[in-house]
Amino acid sequence: MVEQAEIRVVHQGGSNITFREPAISSDSRFLLCASGHNVKVFSTVTEECVQELRGHADLVTGVLLRPSNHLQAYSCSADGTVRLWDFTDGILIKTYVIGYPICSIYASASHDGVIFIATPTKGYKTLDSLQLLAVHLPQTAGQLVETSDLSAVLSDVSANPATVAFGRAGEYVASTNGVQLQIFFFKKQKSFRFSLKENSCSGRSNTFTCVACHPTDDCIATGHEDGKIRLWRNFDQKREYTYRTLHWHHSTVRALCFTPEGSNLLSGGVESVLVQWRYQQESQQDFLPRLGAAITHIAVSPDGALFCTSHSDNKIVLIQSCVKVSSIIQGLVKGEAVQTDLMVDPRSKALVLNGKPGHLQFYSLQRDRLLFNLDVVQQEFIHQEGLDQFQVVMATLDGAGAWLATVEERKQETAEAELNLKLWAFDEPSQSFVLNTTVSTPHEVRITAVTFDPAARGQTSLLVSCGRDGLFKAWRLAVPAHPDDGGPSWTCDFVSAYHGLTPQRCCFSADGSLLAVGFQEVVTVWSPASWELLLTLSQPPGIIRDLCFGRLSCSKFLLGTTSSNQLCCWNLLTCSLEWSTSMEVSLLLADPLSDNMAAFCHQDGNTDLFVFKPSEPRPLFSQKAVCSGRVSRAVFAPREVALESCEESSQWLNRSQLYFLTPLMDLLTFSTRAEEERLMTASKQLVVDDSVAMTPFQLLLGKRRPHHQAAVEDPAVRPPADRPVPPGGSAAVRELLQSPAHVLPAAAALCSVFMEALLGVATETRSEPELITMENETSAGETPSDDQEMETRATRPERGLLETDSADPVLSRAQVRELRRVRKLDHSWFSSLLDS
Amino acid sequence: MASFKPTKIPVYPKLGEKVTQDTLYWKNYKAPVQIKEYGAVSNIDFSPVAPHNFAVTAFSRIHVYGPFSQEPVKTFTRFKDTAYCGRFRSDGQLLVAGCEDSVVRLFDVSGRVALRMFKGHTKAVHVTDFTSDRYQILTGSDDYTCRLWDIPNAAELSTYREHTDYIRCGVTSKLNRDLFITGSYDHTLKVFDARAEKSVMTMDHGQPVESLLLYPSEGLLVSAGGRYVKVWDLLKGGQPLVLLKNHHKTITCLALGSNGERLLSASLDRHVKVYNTTTYKVVHNFDYAAAILSLALAPDDESIVVGMTNSILSIKHRKHTEESKEMMSQQRRRPSYRVFVKGKNFVPKPDDYLVSKPVKEHLAKYDRELKKFNVSKALDASLEIWLRKKKPEITVGVIKELDRRGTLKNALAGRDEEQLSQLLHFVIGNIVDTRFAPIILTAAEMILDIYKSVIGQSALIDQQLLRLQNILESEINLEQELLEVLGMLDTMFATSVTRKEVPYSDVGRSNGLAQGEASSSRPELFRPPEIK
Repeated sequence: MVEQAEIRVVHQGGSNITFREPAISSDSRFLLCASGHNVKVFSTVTEECVQELRGHADLVTGVLLRPSNHLQAYSCSADGTVRLWDFTDGILIKTYVIGYPICSIYASASHDGVIFIATPTKGYKTLDSLQLLAVHLPQTAGQLVETSDLSAVLSDVSANPATVAFGRAGEYVASTNGVQLQIFFFKKQKSFRFSLKENSCSGRSNTFTCVACHPTDDCIATGHEDGKIRLWRNFDQKREYTYRTLHWHHSTVRALCFTPEGSNLLSGGVESVLVQWRYQQESQQDFLPRLGAAITHIAVSPDGALFCTSHSDNKIVLIQSCVKVSSIIQGLVKGEAVQTDLMVDPRSKALVLNGKPGHLQFYSLQRDRLLFNLDVVQQEFIHQEGLDQFQVVMATLDGAGAWLATVEERKQETAEAELNLKLWAFDEPSQSFVLNTTVSTPHEVRITAVTFDPAARGQTSLLVSCGRDGLFKAWRLAVPAHPDDGGPSWTCDFVSAYHGLTPQRCCFSADGSLLAVGFQEVVTVWSPASWELLLTLSQPPGIIRDLCFGRLSCSKFLLGTTSSNQLCCWNLLTCSLEWSTSMEVSLLLADPLSDNMAAFCHQDGNTDLFVFKPSEPRPLFSQKAVCSGRVSRAVFAPREVALESCEESSQWLNRSQLYFLTPLMDLLTFSTRAEEERLMTASKQLVVDDSVAMTPFQLLLGKRRPHHQAAVEDPAVRPPADRPVPPGGSAAVRELLQSPAHVLPAAAALCSVFMEALLGVATETRSEPELITMENETSAGETPSDDQEMETRATRPERGLLETDSADPVLSRAQVRELRRVRKLDHSWFSSLLDS
Repeated sequence: MASFKPTKIPVYPKLGEKVTQDTLYWKNYKAPVQIKEYGAVSNIDFSPVAPHNFAVTAFSRIHVYGPFSQEPVKTFTRFKDTAYCGRFRSDGQLLVAGCEDSVVRLFDVSGRVALRMFKGHTKAVHVTDFTSDRYQILTGSDDYTCRLWDIPNAAELSTYREHTDYIRCGVTSKLNRDLFITGSYDHTLKVFDARAEKSVMTMDHGQPVESLLLYPSEGLLVSAGGRYVKVWDLLKGGQPLVLLKNHHKTITCLALGSNGERLLSASLDRHVKVYNTTTYKVVHNFDYAAAILSLALAPDDESIVVGMTNSILSIKHRKHTEESKEMMSQQRRRPSYRVFVKGKNFVPKPDDYLVSKPVKEHLAKYDRELKKFNVSKALDASLEIWLRKKKPEITVGVIKELDRRGTLKNALAGRDEEQLSQLLHFVIGNIVDTRFAPIILTAAEMILDIYKSVIGQSALIDQQLLRLQNILESEINLEQELLEVLGMLDTMFATSVTRKEVPYSDVGRSNGLAQGEASSSRPELFRPPEIK
């Protein structure tokens, strides 16, 4: 299809980064974590994502540093491959094809050339029966390697990757499943099994949840569902084994980890407290409380200085020696479900949705980064399972972004739900929202919809809320009667009901002159100026599910969807049904900047998208099977710069971009081909210079770099890649600069090619003096006035000459001859290497 | 990481009226002195000269009280029947009073026996006053006449028979010796000029007139009758200016306070309302125990004297600044200013290395316990006596927080008799407060669940539980009555709202349009509490 080639659904980020345990590089500068189909490499200092290792075709299920080379890392995926990466440069070194979906990956230092993977047992497709396999990685030269040397180590492995651990120098492997602990000694080829009772005497489950082995001592720590930690010793005996119980956690221990020296044991769980137990003195504990959300994984850097904890709210916290949180890497926070609608903050252009419990998050779409969390509930979050917490169930922003309304709710079995409506004013000096008014119990039962008048500005803002109690209320900003009562606050302006029916939806027209409220089967249209009921529309049968006014040229239309799978369009001028069609629309949405509407339709387990104008019978754009499952959250985000696409099918994306959340909470969007091309060129320029270590030598070189760039001969000290490289033959140079040293041929052989490339650059720059100015940004910056500019222009060719000359004296005549010779025989194989 | 978030104490809307300058002023009175009189106190009059004694007319006596005396300094008892309207002359030397036996008596303030007796009325005389030249007396009687008398020879000067019902109030001009105004049960006010034969101005009040008042400038006249107070502009020929409808029973008395800037009205509904005389809005309200018949204010509002039908005279004296200063000095001395600024104004030198101290976060005691998950201790801390008395919202906030944490039951359990009695005391005191009721009801249910096994072991607890039961029963009755009233109001509103047809365009399509029935827009009865 033409449309599919033109417009593509792309993943906009927000994927889970805490799916599996992250790995910290040996110099503690990088953090690797599995994120969807990719592996992300974060800098531990700046929290920026410095590399993204792309290549897997399915979910990445494990990341692991290669024990024999600390600059390389393995990743395994459900697509049945293990890949070896150079993570500092983001290069795929090898791909080992296993052939079975892999659930997790392990390695131990003493088993060279062997990795251990958990795969489903043959014959079983599901994840409930796994086995641990040892994979001997063949030492062949090719990049794509088929592995066949698989041997089973353990069967009955739990799907939780935390339940397998390798003990003291890889002598044994411990694995737990259910209430059973299984230990396999590699030398003796013997395995021991220990089981616990199903329930402890207090009636709580004894199930193992995680396991960790002491690095130097024969000790295994296991975490349990009832919050206990057991330290097992003497486990090479059938009967004389012992264990010691530590109990601090009140609910499940999710993660356990020994520090590399084995002096401390770290544990974490739902309480979101990192507990550090002293080994051999377990009565002494250190705590790091209030980490924000339940701890799911703990990792320690090889030197033991840096801990990192993954949390259930898609966050990785880096902690320096258990006392100080040094940085936080936060993905798009995912709670259990997004209950608020997706919104775009008009000021920060950030996506606003539910974040941490009781918070609203502002997520920058451009930078794929969390901007900030707004604490809506403002209460201490108690990390305890099965506790009713306040949740932000609804939020809405007014047209200018000056007001934010939030509804929070706490359900209780015994009493009625507690409800709070909060109104937040944007505070210019602090650039965030400040609580203005709290209305407790605005409606007696749950609130079904809140919406701001889009047209009103500032003091005349109007908010409408609908509740299950059959009322809809209008709230208006009111100036207090007495000036000493503080600033303006929101008060109830109007209350109304319609025949005792429950209002489900409300919607303002674009100019704010009409308010449509859907009372079950009946749509009522009110005038907010006089609060008169203007007309009622109904299209039986079916309860109104969504209501939307048309925009701009289609503002005379009111669209609604019903539970009987009807999409209706009423003409408000004639008060009649314009058209209706039968489709199961799960979400109806109007683009605020154009007259287009988007409808997500749920059909056969997939979601289809239709973009249409209410006034035209044919849809502008349609795509089948956008994603699987039902899409219930989407938003049109206005573009900062409008696209100028002329193709009919992609015109609807010119003014704003459509984002939507899949049931799996992935944020997807639509992008056009032109846009993608532009992005690709932009991303090539943008490579973060974080791979070069800050050494004194680098400092020295880094400062003098502009003058010495031509003199660089040693490929080990590469010039930074972010410097704009002149076009023409530059791609090869850039490729060369970005590849790590060990994958390149010897420096002696490379030198000539490199020099050749640079010489080519120099000749080109001589013909185009402006490019030199770009390159010598420092010198251009020093010449603010015009006459000086003239002067530099006069001297510029000379400087270009000087630069090339400065490289020349290094080479003697004989060397030049040698270079030419190498060049002749070199090119072909090198370019083929680059291309592959 | 993130610090502990203290318990959120909700800010509840302040019940009752807002604190204004007027509230502060009119609340600045001492506890009232209450004196039992012989009968209903029908009139109170302050002497215009210092020390501003006041004459209280009750039954067949007139008592004169000094400004601070609890006992009468003078008593006039020579009345054959109920006395009315004992009034001082502008020099404070003479006092005149009417009587049920139609005789008007004039007393010397220092004497005991009546100096003059003015006989001529045929029925009870309810109104007596001196004219501004001090030699004449105005009287108004139930025989529908008002008369002017000469004091020196006790002779009747003139009689006006214009009213057609009892004359129950009257006032003489302080500026013009010939001018006086009377109000009658025939609903009219009449302005008389002694130089003219007839009344010069008549105004219709609409109700039997009970009280009259002239502003010091005498441009405005205030009349009270029925439930209304009316203000008339005399200079515009008796044009009504303002109508005040703030009482729900007959207004019996009017007075001016604060040099004419405030108007006070007393009524049988047991309230005294204070109005601002520029806006005519009620700025303050006093409650009394019984229906009020008479009211008077000492000059400069030094005291408010109110007489009631249950023959109680209530005197409120103003608090003085010296006394309040004394109260202030008793308060705890705070640390001096220097303690607070110590080290705060230190400016580091350019080459100093600044080591910043982490700001210590201050938490309330209950929050410190909550932070440590000591739920029982947190509840104890919030139940401290001053906290639960002065700021019950804090205690309620802590109970709410414990409930949110799911540990309220643990916190309530395991208490001894004294602690439980404290808890029950708090519950009893606040359970009917609408702001706190939902959460305290939950807590009370839990208390009953936990401690039902020990009922009967302690007399104190049993007594408190009985009290709780009584309170709940009366509250249920009250709610029921209120619901009934609400239902009545709803029907009244429903009949008053005009039925309006929804615009109906006649489109011949069966779908698309449901014929709108009458809009059932409900008037705004239930406004949720507004909290800031």
